[in-house]
Amino acid sequence: MLSLSEVSVTYDGETAVEDVSLELADGEVLALLGPSGSGKSTLLRAVAGLESATGAISWDGRALRGVPTHKRGFALMFQDGQLFSHLTVANNVVYPMRLRRIPSAERRKRVDDLLDLVGLGGYQDRLPGTLSGGERQRVALARALAVEPRLLLLDEPLSALDAGLRERLAGDLRRILHEAGTTALMVTHDQEEAFAVSDRIALLRDGRLVQQGTLQEVWAAPVDTWAALFLGYARVLEGPAAYTVLKAAGMDPAGAVALRRSAFVADPAGPLTGTVVSARATPEQHRLVVRLDDVGEVDAVADSAPAPGERVGLRVEPNRLAIPGS
Amino acid sequence: MTFRLGSSTRRVATLVALAALPVAVLAVFFVLPVTGMVQRGLFASGSFDPAAAIRVLQRSEVQRALWFTLWSSGLATVLSVALGLPAAFALHRLSFPLQRVIRAGLLVPFVLPTVVVGVAFRELIGEAGLLAGLGLDGTPTAIILGLVFFNASVVIRAVGAAWESLDPRPGEAAAALGAGPARVLWTITLPALRPAIVSAASVVFLFCATAFGIVLTLGGVRYNSIETEIYKLTFTLFDLPGAAVLSVLQLVVVIGLLVVAGRLRSVADPAQSRVVPRRRRVSLRDLPVLLSTSVLVLLVAGPLLALLLGSLRVDDRWSLGNYVALQTPGFDPPLPVPVTTALTTSLAVAVQASVIALTLGLLVAFAVTRRSRTRAERRVRGVLDGLFMVPLGVSAVTLGLGLYLTLGSGALDFRDEPWLVPLAQALVALPLVVRTLVPVLASVDDRLRQAAAGLGAGPLRAVMTVDVPAVWKPLLASAGFAFAASLGEFGATSFLVREERPTLPVVILRLLSRPGSENYGMALAAACVLAATTAVVMLLVERLRVPSIGAL
Repeated sequence: MLSLSEVSVTYDGETAVEDVSLELADGEVLALLGPSGSGKSTLLRAVAGLESATGAISWDGRALRGVPTHKRGFALMFQDGQLFSHLTVANNVVYPMRLRRIPSAERRKRVDDLLDLVGLGGYQDRLPGTLSGGERQRVALARALAVEPRLLLLDEPLSALDAGLRERLAGDLRRILHEAGTTALMVTHDQEEAFAVSDRIALLRDGRLVQQGTLQEVWAAPVDTWAALFLGYARVLEGPAAYTVLKAAGMDPAGAVALRRSAFVADPAGPLTGTVVSARATPEQHRLVVRLDDVGEVDAVADSAPAPGERVGLRVEPNRLAIPGS
Repeated sequence: MTFRLGSSTRRVATLVALAALPVAVLAVFFVLPVTGMVQRGLFASGSFDPAAAIRVLQRSEVQRALWFTLWSSGLATVLSVALGLPAAFALHRLSFPLQRVIRAGLLVPFVLPTVVVGVAFRELIGEAGLLAGLGLDGTPTAIILGLVFFNASVVIRAVGAAWESLDPRPGEAAAALGAGPARVLWTITLPALRPAIVSAASVVFLFCATAFGIVLTLGGVRYNSIETEIYKLTFTLFDLPGAAVLSVLQLVVVIGLLVVAGRLRSVADPAQSRVVPRRRRVSLRDLPVLLSTSVLVLLVAGPLLALLLGSLRVDDRWSLGNYVALQTPGFDPPLPVPVTTALTTSLAVAVQASVIALTLGLLVAFAVTRRSRTRAERRVRGVLDGLFMVPLGVSAVTLGLGLYLTLGSGALDFRDEPWLVPLAQALVALPLVVRTLVPVLASVDDRLRQAAAGLGAGPLRAVMTVDVPAVWKPLLASAGFAFAASLGEFGATSFLVREERPTLPVVILRLLSRPGSENYGMALAAACVLAATTAVVMLLVERLRVPSIGAL
């Protein structure tokens, strides 16, 4: 089990990470989610032993202070894989096994198994330069898993890939991590990636831990407006507008409400009415922006497309909104 | 159709116009002398006579010189790399106090004229030197130390630049996978740096094998390299065919080496990411690296301090007398001109040489980097690019000897022309200029020129808006290189210089070869002046922060 207690990292007098305390149970995947500059990568590097930090970082109760990176028994995987370009795929994966003096017959078998696990059986003799971005990330993952690290550190593992591939690889990554029973700490700025891969999320802002919990916990109750927007809520309404929307949803009043894009559904019988500002077709639904009376602009979905300027009725889906800070 | 024909004709015409002058100069003042020399060496008796050449190569002193050149250069290269790599790491990846001063100081030897380096070493380890007790004077050890002194800075420059921008993440990934620091160095860092190291080592070997001034001043009569053997055959024994044979031998070896180095270097992965990581503070584990760097600092600072201190002593007292004496022609027998006049000559020649080198270099660089539309055109540009690299492969001594031999008679009787020395120095500096400018011009995206043209700029205007802003800093830098190279140039100059207009390096060597402590003191003072002048020029260039020598 990894535990961080009041960890801070300072460079040249500037605090990059401040007083972060976290725990990561064996077999769990935790995402450190935050915008760029939030200190998440720095924190990961501190766990890896690549940055010096104050506070306590410990594994199974034993402090890691002074333990150099190569003796921590962790593995690190970067955004762009960082495959050793002068070695073949098989030799990249073998690299950590060689360091652990695993016998060569066993090495070969493990390479084959690992490459099969990441879906790249038969790629043993290819050079990294001949692989696509997604394939390189898979090799990097196989290499990181090769010696069954106590903890796998993933630094934006999917960010360099294009959208479609990213989504597919995120699903694969989750499956592979769970099949291998790996404990992993993943840094990402992309909430979709965090939700797709991890069990728990820790939200960082300006070097401080803002919120942590399971996906459901974080999603259901973002700690404040900023957290709600960063987690993927489309808008946050405050004051009277929030009151109006919550009342229409049949919920208790609160100071603010975070709305997903599909929190409002066009429904002639709905309790709220407004004027369509714009409408855009997507393969599944029509997405509207509607100016609600007494509330202002909100996003809504509809099955048919009303023209801009048309009046529509909207109902609220209570499971698609959240009360920040509740 | 007519339009296409017109534009391609114009493009070819531009290419020809740009390349005509440099090619003509290269043909007359480089290709002609070198081929003339080959002719004298291999066609000594009027017809092709390999037996005569082989007889020259079988002479025991020639074989000794060849063997000495190979092993001393090899050893000096290994030592330069061994001392240069840790220093490159310490100066480019760590951060510690006085780092900038040490970095600038370690780079000084590279720009010092070889004659100055020779004098400085003699002052340190010679008969009256501080380290005379070690008995290094006139030994191969002294020559090799001199070569390392001179060339470790090449390794630091070339490898340091690559190391500075080396992505640290593969190393970090390896460390996280369980590789200790030594293993990361061996399996990740050194393979990534291999192109830079190979390139630096081959350049260093080239410099060592063609180091003329150092071997001449430190080797005395006992140890000769091919270069000094050529010089001695020409001026002491008047055996011109023998000298020509040796020059041809050197030409072949050096060009072979350049080709091999080019092959090895092209293995580099161009996709390798380049970042400038934060530098690490020093810690206790960096002790070996810092110790090795200190050894290098001592090796560099020792001779220079000895030179400076020596120049300030007259008759065992502190005095500026040696510097004052620079206004006189010296004693016993006096030089044809006062030393200060030689300095003025050197500066004037260096200005002329820089102007010639820059003009030719710019023309070549523009001709080579214009966009080609046809395969034939591209091939012509490729050949041009390679052609102007060849002077790099020909040692300055060979060039000087070739010019001396071929331009002395007939229609090409230029030997006494005052512009011959600057021109020869310009040819020596030309590859440096071309290598600095071509990568810059080649990296200018051609679409920028197209964009300028699309906005209504004519060809000249497009060059002014797009190329000139990109190239002016490298141009200044290469002017500085050409100037410094010319100031210290000795190999070619020693063959061509006119008796009554000697340059400063020539004067220093003459003073050294004369008896008397006054002459020796003057040589030390003159060497200090020359060193200070080149160092100032190079520090100005350094401030421009243009990558250069590493690109060789």
